[in-house]
Amino acid sequence: MKYLKQLLIIFLATCIGEMMRFFIPLPIPAGIYGMVIMLLALITGIVKLENVKETGEFLIEIMPVMFIPPAVGLIDTWGLLSDIFVPVIVITVISTFVVMIVTGKLTDLLLSRSKGGADIE
Amino acid sequence: MNDIILSSATIGVVISLLAYELGAWMKKKFRSGIFNPLMISIVLTIIFLLAFGIEYENYNAGAKYLSYLLTPATVSLSIPLYMKLDLLKKHLWAILGGILSGVLSGMVCILALAAAFGLSHEQYVTLLPKSITTAIGIGIAEEYGGVAAITVAVIIITGVLGNMTAEFVCRTFGIKYAVSRGLAIGTASHAIGTGKAIEMGETEGAMSGLAIAVAGLMTVAAAGVFSAFL
Repeated sequence: MKYLKQLLIIFLATCIGEMMRFFIPLPIPAGIYGMVIMLLALITGIVKLENVKETGEFLIEIMPVMFIPPAVGLIDTWGLLSDIFVPVIVITVISTFVVMIVTGKLTDLLLSRSKGGADIE
Repeated sequence: MNDIILSSATIGVVISLLAYELGAWMKKKFRSGIFNPLMISIVLTIIFLLAFGIEYENYNAGAKYLSYLLTPATVSLSIPLYMKLDLLKKHLWAILGGILSGVLSGMVCILALAAAFGLSHEQYVTLLPKSITTAIGIGIAEEYGGVAAITVAVIIITGVLGNMTAEFVCRTFGIKYAVSRGLAIGTASHAIGTGKAIEMGETEGAMSGLAIAVAGLMTVAAAGVFSAFL
């Protein structure tokens, strides 16, 4: 019954997230609300780690394949993209690297300066 | 062929999983980061559909059940984060500062390049939410007059690119801490990049998952300002 209970809790948190998405007029997706709900439930002890762990880890492990169908959908949106393809690709590649490097290096710097920075792996 | 595909509720899922397995096999066989399983699986699936004249809609009739799991999987990202909660508490300000720097530098970069390429305002706001999760990105694009379908495409390209290059970038630029690597990947390439962060380590995965949510929310706030430009 372990997996059944875990699946129920994860889907329940997802469902609460979807309800919040419906009632709160902000551009925040259900998954983000659900993530916060689940984190709070774990912190407060309403949900125990052992009651969500394996099923949650299973879903996270298979997450990359969930992006295959929408990515394959690029064949249908190609018509829209093809006119501005070169600038779009250049902007995408450069800005993705910039964000990754700036975030990584600045966090490194902030962590080194903060107290106890040395104990981070 | 389209009739055969439509007769099965699982074939779209089988094609997708099989393509990913093939990609994983190629990565192992050739031991090279160029062989990214996600990228390979997307390319193989597209080739398969084109070769047999299968409509995307018919493939997706079954494959959509894979994507259906995306929201519960996103919710589950709170689990590794909870397991690393002590890191989040201890370094809260460094973490928030790091993500904010990434969000702002990304938007400045897109603005500068959009201006350099002479893109229209509509094209610029379409690209603005490219580093964040699709569900938030679509909202931003629509709100400020972008083309949501292109935003989705660019978000996916960004994610796959981040997934492919994360290890290379972190190594080349000497990003020291696991916390920084996770935040860098999640802020730059949302959930698709997070898949790679999880492979890299527990801390990387947890921080990348956190960055999806925080960067998404910061982008919502910052887009209000940035959409006024160009």
